[in-house]
Amino acid sequence: MPEETGVMAVLEVKDLIKDFGGLRAVSNVTFHVDEGEIMGLIGPNGSGKTTIFNCITSYFPITSGRVFFKGTNITGMKTHQICRLGIGRTFQVVRPLARMSVLDNVTASAFSRVNSIKEARSEAERVLDFCALLGEKDKLAKSLPIGGRKRLEIARALATKPRLLLLDETAAGLNPSELDEAIELIKKIRESGVSILIVEHIMKVIMSISDRIHAINFGQTIAEGKPDEVANNRAVIEAYLGEEYAQG
Amino acid sequence: MKLKHVILGIVGGAVAVFPLIIHSDYYQHLIIIALMWVVIGSSWNLLAGYTGQVSFGHAMFFGTGAYTAGIFVTKLEISAWWGMMFGGITAMILALVVGWICFRLRGPYFALATLAGGEIFRLIATNWESLTEGMVGILIIQTFRSKLPYYYIALALAASCVYVIYIIMKSKWGYYFLSIREDQDAAESLGINTVLYKNISLLVSAFFTGMAGAFYMNYMAFIDPEVVFSLHFISIMAILVGIVGGVATIMGPAVGAFVMVGVQELFRSSFFGMAPKYVSKAHALVFGLLVIFVIMFLANGIVGDWAKIKRSIFRLKTSS
Repeated sequence: MPEETGVMAVLEVKDLIKDFGGLRAVSNVTFHVDEGEIMGLIGPNGSGKTTIFNCITSYFPITSGRVFFKGTNITGMKTHQICRLGIGRTFQVVRPLARMSVLDNVTASAFSRVNSIKEARSEAERVLDFCALLGEKDKLAKSLPIGGRKRLEIARALATKPRLLLLDETAAGLNPSELDEAIELIKKIRESGVSILIVEHIMKVIMSISDRIHAINFGQTIAEGKPDEVANNRAVIEAYLGEEYAQG
Repeated sequence: MKLKHVILGIVGGAVAVFPLIIHSDYYQHLIIIALMWVVIGSSWNLLAGYTGQVSFGHAMFFGTGAYTAGIFVTKLEISAWWGMMFGGITAMILALVVGWICFRLRGPYFALATLAGGEIFRLIATNWESLTEGMVGILIIQTFRSKLPYYYIALALAASCVYVIYIIMKSKWGYYFLSIREDQDAAESLGINTVLYKNISLLVSAFFTGMAGAFYMNYMAFIDPEVVFSLHFISIMAILVGIVGGVATIMGPAVGAFVMVGVQELFRSSFFGMAPKYVSKAHALVFGLLVIFVIMFLANGIVGDWAKIKRSIFRLKTSS
């Protein structure tokens, strides 16, 4: 159980291990995300961030460890069940439903909470408006530029009414002005009461929005704490920049 | 949008009054067969076109439906018309098993598994002689001498099949089917139970195909394994009907069914006896050429690329 902060953890990952054959991609990672918190997950390329996401949402079975969502053990549940419990996710490599319109993409996702087409469509339009995509709703998803696709990923995840949102490099590939919009959007999502676990490489984003950061390298935890603490952590600098920078 | 409804109304009306005006058994027969193919093609399209699970084995559902109706008569002495309802249901039961086994596979592997499934059923029907009479086939006595009742039964079946699929595609199921086709993993992360919805799509598809099979038994009064479990007369034909008419369109398979039955008949009859006899042997070749043509120039089929066809006709008119 998390410390007595009075705030219940939305997500708890305990002693997570994931092996791919002989390769240990994630080893003994433990962390939690508090209600209403933005938790950043950082680490160099290949350190296991996306693998952790895939373990939480059960894209593949985990080797050992447990995952709790609002106190419920969700380890081993099916991906779609986890979504229905209230965990939404986006994909690092965007996966729009290409030959469907933007509105249909989000409508399909809104059906996870409502049954009638009318409700699903109005919910989809509300979410698209929230993500500033309403103007593009009749375009085919594949015709959107990368910034739009990233926002579509978020919109689709939001339409499932998540309590926790897993964002996998939503800001990668965006230009500076799109980046600011993305930061604004993520803050707006948090204000609407959704907790967020975010993987991000762009330090401007992760440092400015995260409440806490969990850093990993080679699948192992190297640091956790407030953004400035983690940024000055020796192990983190070493992982990102190499040993000689960490000396100074 | 408006024009489309007008055309649909005119064509639908024409098909409905056709047998009252044209009394020729031959032409009525052709349309009955085409209507049956509307059902099979639309069912195949629901699974393959909309849900993205390409089946090369729809003959197993068709044959199962046909044999259910046939066995009702020969073994249980129950009217083959009851068999029509049960033909659909037996095909659904078969679909449950097929889905349970084959949906572990994705893409081309699923297609190959259904291909094997269709052949397995042909062999079962050939060899389980105590139940199916094997290669001798099942012969029943037709209920009606006139083609008219068959015509309207086929029409009702085709219309309800297309309508049900239309309704499904406008509902939550439709959105889920399309999502699964576009990206199964993403669909799963949107809270879609992909295994369940793939099975639902297969069940509906198998139900109508089984009904069509049972109708075939009633109408033709004779079946044998080589016909109703045939890979190229049923399974491949179902695919051709879908591809030529337009995959993932509501009316595509309906158009495809009439085109394919028309082309098949033109060649089978050597252009109504006007061409030399050997032309009738060429129908498989022409099917092949037709598919190549459609894939090269009308990748979305006649209905899917209708705008393109209209444009090129318009261009021909203006240039001449």
